[in-house]
Amino acid sequence: MIKVKINGQEQSWDGDPDLPLLWFLRDEAGLTGTKYGCGQALCGACTVIVDKEAVRACITSVNDVAGREVTTIEGLHPNGDHPVQKAWRQVNVPQCGFCQAGQIMQAAALLMDNPKPSHDQIREAMAGNICRCGCYQRIENAVHLASTGV
Amino acid sequence: MNFIDNPGKLRGFEKNIKVEKVSRRSILKGLGITGGFVLAAPVMSRQAFAYETGAGKMPHGVVVDPRVFVAIAPDGTVSIVAHRSEMGTGVRTSLPLIVAEEMEADWSRVKVQQAHGDEVKFGNQDTDGSRSTRHYLIPMRQIGASARTMLEQAAAKRWRVPATEVKAVNHEVVHSASGRKLGFGELAADAAKESVPAIEGLKLKDPRDFRYLGKGQVGIVDLHDITTGKARYGADVRLPGMKYAVIARPPVTGGKLTSFDPESALKVPGVEKVMEVRGWPWPSKFQPLGGVAVIARNTGAAIKGRDALKLVWDDGPNGKYESVAYRKELEEASRKPGLVLRQEGDADAALKGADKVIVGEYYVPHLAHVSMETPVAVADVKGDKAEIWAPVQSPGGTREDVAKTLGIPEANVTVNVTLLGGGFGRKSKCDFALEAALLSKELGAPVKVQWTREDDIHNGFLHTVSVERIEAGLDKSGKVIAWRHRSVAPSIASTFAAGTVHQAPFEIGMGLVDMPFEIANISCENPEAAAHTRIGWFRSVSNIPRAFAVQSMVGEIAQATGRDQKQMLLELIGSPRIVKPAVKDLWNYGEPLDSYPIDTARLSKVVELVAEKGEWGRQVPKGHGLGIAVHRSFVSYIATIVEVAVDEKGKLAVPRVDTAIDCGTYVNPERIASQIEGAVIMGLSLAKYGEITFKDGKVQQKNFDDFQVVRMDESPIVTNVYIVPPGPDTPPSGVGEPGVPPFAPALINAIFAATGKRIRSLPIGKQLEA
Repeated sequence: MIKVKINGQEQSWDGDPDLPLLWFLRDEAGLTGTKYGCGQALCGACTVIVDKEAVRACITSVNDVAGREVTTIEGLHPNGDHPVQKAWRQVNVPQCGFCQAGQIMQAAALLMDNPKPSHDQIREAMAGNICRCGCYQRIENAVHLASTGV
Repeated sequence: MNFIDNPGKLRGFEKNIKVEKVSRRSILKGLGITGGFVLAAPVMSRQAFAYETGAGKMPHGVVVDPRVFVAIAPDGTVSIVAHRSEMGTGVRTSLPLIVAEEMEADWSRVKVQQAHGDEVKFGNQDTDGSRSTRHYLIPMRQIGASARTMLEQAAAKRWRVPATEVKAVNHEVVHSASGRKLGFGELAADAAKESVPAIEGLKLKDPRDFRYLGKGQVGIVDLHDITTGKARYGADVRLPGMKYAVIARPPVTGGKLTSFDPESALKVPGVEKVMEVRGWPWPSKFQPLGGVAVIARNTGAAIKGRDALKLVWDDGPNGKYESVAYRKELEEASRKPGLVLRQEGDADAALKGADKVIVGEYYVPHLAHVSMETPVAVADVKGDKAEIWAPVQSPGGTREDVAKTLGIPEANVTVNVTLLGGGFGRKSKCDFALEAALLSKELGAPVKVQWTREDDIHNGFLHTVSVERIEAGLDKSGKVIAWRHRSVAPSIASTFAAGTVHQAPFEIGMGLVDMPFEIANISCENPEAAAHTRIGWFRSVSNIPRAFAVQSMVGEIAQATGRDQKQMLLELIGSPRIVKPAVKDLWNYGEPLDSYPIDTARLSKVVELVAEKGEWGRQVPKGHGLGIAVHRSFVSYIATIVEVAVDEKGKLAVPRVDTAIDCGTYVNPERIASQIEGAVIMGLSLAKYGEITFKDGKVQQKNFDDFQVVRMDESPIVTNVYIVPPGPDTPPSGVGEPGVPPFAPALINAIFAATGKRIRSLPIGKQLEA
């Protein structure tokens, strides 16, 4: 039996310990905000925060996060008013929106680590997150806005 | 098997077939539908609007009925139906916003309700071809005006005053003479009893009084849900008792399963069942390819189980498809005469007599859509009833195809449209929903079919592969006197009908025969090309290779004659005029040429506008270069300037992009800007990396590591978008797709300016590193 804390709630899993965290979150825990995009840690759509680090849930097993604290988009802020979320709305970032949970989690992790990133640092830190709609200019602006106060 | 039972009804696949005008009312009567008054033709009020669109010729046409699209609750909440699919264009916001504007609803009290697939009720729902605003601006205004009129009539009756004395203003109706007011909620029940006014008599708002349209102040309706993880895409649908499935499909188009061994798959924890899925022979429109499904308690287990399957395939007739050899075939075909589609003057003679002939052979390979959400669908089939939840661009078409595939009446099929995590044309094909329906029927349980990224890349409906060969003949003064353009590419029609070797009217109409340059001798030809995989629509379709070839050739002529690219472009566009190509039944994106002519004044204007705003001719640092391109597509006009920087190792960066668009009357400029920003990224992705190749009939790429798309660290530093203000009554035109085509040639022209290297084959890949 693996125990893991997700968005502050203790969850347990007695199935395949190698199950990717992504599918545990989505199919077993019903937290569908975290998305599947590639399964190979190439696109960042499944980004969640484990303890204080951005992690790709598609290549992280449930076993890997045993006893650790996982935050998904649903748990980032109780009302959805994390500075990154607010900035996202102010800049009207999304088009289709599918990659945005991963983008937001990556940006939130970046700001925990570096509260005032430069534009180049934002572009580098967010390069692992693909947006096929091409919202990059707005993502960059939103991260910058979140870092300077919304 | 061939599923074309009525070519006139082919979705997004218009063939200039005149659809019989049938009164909508008689259609409804014929189907035994009662209740709900649906207004019959004419859809457009000729007095109020100077243009007509092709909306009425789409399958099931247009429905203008406030009772179908608008509902008002006693608390005043106004529900407005969005009948098109949201894949990122903002249409789920923009169309209801038009209704709210015209009915004087307060947008903060509006709820958007997504329509399920029902084209008899809602009219055509195909969300493709950059058509939604173009076809629905006027109908949505009419629906809003009808609702407003009914509310005003109800208030006038209540107050016993003439209806002319009352006016709807911001969610209430006011009688200014007496100062009385009634909210929409208070009037809702009475208004519903009013008869729906005739379209001809409707008074539409003066655009000067618009609060929302054209302003760009309204965020998309799903913004909060998207940023909090609550937005529901196809992949996010969960039903009680639902099973999770992934399918192993034939790796070669037209291939079949020979045998399979499920034993090791069944040993994977969480795997419950392994079963064969019915497949259809190629080509068969959007029917499933077949294969073996692994059913599990979660997607992760299903994927692991599929990895463990032992499968033997018969690759069939396309088992030898190989991209290097195929390219040679296309190139050879392009060097010989082909089916002549447009002939003006005598291009042959003029080329022979020309002082100089510039030849360019341009290549654009297959591309995959790779929307961030891979194809996915949930189905629950019980007896002769089916319910589907899926991110489909064509809910009406999906409903038809599910009914046909299961052999049940269409009325027994419900298609619930979720948000689409990107579409780009891929989700116009509902194969994934059909797979889910077949599996659910077999299993007797709800099932979700999830495509992996590898499935998406291996078994998609790819953008075609093409060679575009252009020969331009110049006289002694450098004037272009002859133009021969041969386009060789497998057609999308090959996915519908076996043996197709020529491109369809809707493909040749995308930048081949509608070429707008003022040249005396023109020949546009289409040599034959057979398909060996499933070809489908990809955002902006054949305009990608056409704009790349034509606009690169403009750069090459400028280069050969020592002229400025922009001046060369304007010279070729020539005098302000309406271009009337000598083409039988010219396909004009399904629109009448009267409303949507090929207008060179508008084409030149976007070139001038982008040149002015984008500071064409500005000094750029060493290693940088500017390039320009213009293209008319989806009846809009777009010009793009790209500044590129190429370092000594051949690595390219894009410091700045400027784009000017003339899309006629527009609804939401903020979403137009976002569409163009995104089109620039998609254009850069296909120019830098986009290439799907085949070997032994199989796609060689598998995921984002070998089918790359642009990431943030290589995206343009800034993209500026300029929108041409519309003239009075300028019809709205496309926005979602037209941004893509001009980007690649503008980039390639910029690379030439920066480096002196002319790239004729996409993607750029390592060509600059040589």
